[in-house]
Amino acid sequence: MLLFVLSAGLSITFGLMRIINMAHTSFYLLGGYVGIAVWTQTRSFWLAVVVGAVGMAVAGLVLYSGFLRRFSKEDELPQVLLTFGVLLILADVALIAWGGDVKRLPPPDFLQGGIELGPLTYPRYRFFLIVSGLVMAVLLWLFVSRTRLGSLVRAGVDDAETAQSIGINMPLLFVLVFGFGSLLAGLAGVLGAPYLGVYPGLDFETMLLAFAVIIVGGAGSIEGAFIAALVVAAVDTFTKTYLPGLGYFSVYAPMALILAFRPNGLLGRSL
Amino acid sequence: MMGRLQVGRAGLRTGFLARGGWALPLGLAALAVGILLPFFVQPFFVDIMTRVLVFAILAIGLNLLVGYTGLPSLGQAAFLAMGAYTLAILIKRLGVGHLPAALAAIAAAGLLGAVFGLIALRARGATFLLITLALAQSAWAIAFTWRSVTGGDDGIGGLTRPVIGFLPWSMEDARVYYFLVLIVFLVLLWAFRILVRSPFGLALQGIRDNELRMRSLGYNTWLYQYVAFIVAALFGGVAGVLRAYLTEAVTPGWAEVTPSAEALLMVIMGGPGTIVGPVIGAAIVVPAGQIANFFTNRWMIVLGAIYVVVVLFAPGGIVGWLRRGPAEKRA
Repeated sequence: MLLFVLSAGLSITFGLMRIINMAHTSFYLLGGYVGIAVWTQTRSFWLAVVVGAVGMAVAGLVLYSGFLRRFSKEDELPQVLLTFGVLLILADVALIAWGGDVKRLPPPDFLQGGIELGPLTYPRYRFFLIVSGLVMAVLLWLFVSRTRLGSLVRAGVDDAETAQSIGINMPLLFVLVFGFGSLLAGLAGVLGAPYLGVYPGLDFETMLLAFAVIIVGGAGSIEGAFIAALVVAAVDTFTKTYLPGLGYFSVYAPMALILAFRPNGLLGRSL
Repeated sequence: MMGRLQVGRAGLRTGFLARGGWALPLGLAALAVGILLPFFVQPFFVDIMTRVLVFAILAIGLNLLVGYTGLPSLGQAAFLAMGAYTLAILIKRLGVGHLPAALAAIAAAGLLGAVFGLIALRARGATFLLITLALAQSAWAIAFTWRSVTGGDDGIGGLTRPVIGFLPWSMEDARVYYFLVLIVFLVLLWAFRILVRSPFGLALQGIRDNELRMRSLGYNTWLYQYVAFIVAALFGGVAGVLRAYLTEAVTPGWAEVTPSAEALLMVIMGGPGTIVGPVIGAAIVVPAGQIANFFTNRWMIVLGAIYVVVVLFAPGGIVGWLRRGPAEKRA
């Protein structure tokens, strides 16, 4: 679920703007750190969530308006390389600022402890993550398929040029979408902090998972990202539990298979 | 090495480099520096020079993909690591002789390229880059987790350089080993030059510029790209063997993202699609990495910053920048 929130943001920026934002998971990592910093100051979990998410939206806007906008959309390689440079810089900055230890964000009181589900006891916070992930999935789906802004976004995904020519302000839309994608990354970062912790290298680790989701699910498709996130996370967890030697490897096997048969992903449109 | 860039800049006003008038004297000057410099510096610096050449070999191979075929790969270090690990495992664990082990290591890297290429070439452009990155990460994961064979995060140590019977010098001497690597490097550079000017190399460049047109002209573009991918992997394997002998140990860090990113930066920075570009890139990136790690341990920031600066201000790399006449520079 967490992976879904993270990769949904990536999927819409990639699908709409053809920008592969390698620094996307840097925002995820930084969102977690910022959330923890806010929590230490204020002891408010919800404020941490808001500040982490909004902070990353701002960071995304700066990255986009400051650098990425200079390149035309056909030039995807410079964008990848540039955001990759940003990824390296932010990873090292985070290491300087917050050190190498795992940091955790304590969940709010009412989400601590377990929840009884028949014979099973399930940690409340994870339950909360699943529920909020589902809610977010539904909201995103409604947003994309039912609102005016959502239909503009879809128009942009399908054919940016035509959308522009019928009077949609694409540059503005791009800025908004990029900011929104970064917001989702920051949100996922803070929400994930109580569960996974925040530590150096998390950005690289999740980056590969997130890109696996995009590739499996198909760029620009919320439903695809949702299904793929479930598949990738399930496969990943399953092999890490039962075949620990193959843990990292397992993520790439479905990815390779999908690519071999459906180069555009399960629900993706051709790029 | 910096000297030659200064000279290059002097020639820039008149755009001489565009006509190639400076290429030969500059190359000879660089070669003279490469041959003479080891006699004037400490063995530690000679080792760094060897490192430059090793990474230059990796970057030259990568350039065949990035610069000539238009396939940006961010997983080239996997092939270097594959060559290095195969060599170390064959020699240390199975007692194979140096020469067969080295040849097998290069072949193993090529084989890995043949497997990765099948998967990665399903995609193009930035998706291709992501897949090579992911594949390299899985190679790293295998090196890191398969303890019984790869030694896990300890890697494999205790490798010694081969003794060549009829030569009076010991390979353990930094200078002797440097010259061995230099010879391999020059041979490969020369072979690379022939390769990219051959019909095969020209077809690759055609694919880079317009794959659809090449396909409609009857070229099996996939096969060309696939072969280029394997050739690049073979270059990586050679670099891996030479690097394993240089440090006399292998660690899983060799397959990480950072060396792959360094290799790509060498190509992008030096000049993709040029023969000497990656060499210049290696001659800058490797010492820069050594210096940054030596003084600050903040190599990642520096590497990231170089990336950003190069992408923003020198998209054609240094060679591309030198080749452009003064009028075009503004553009």
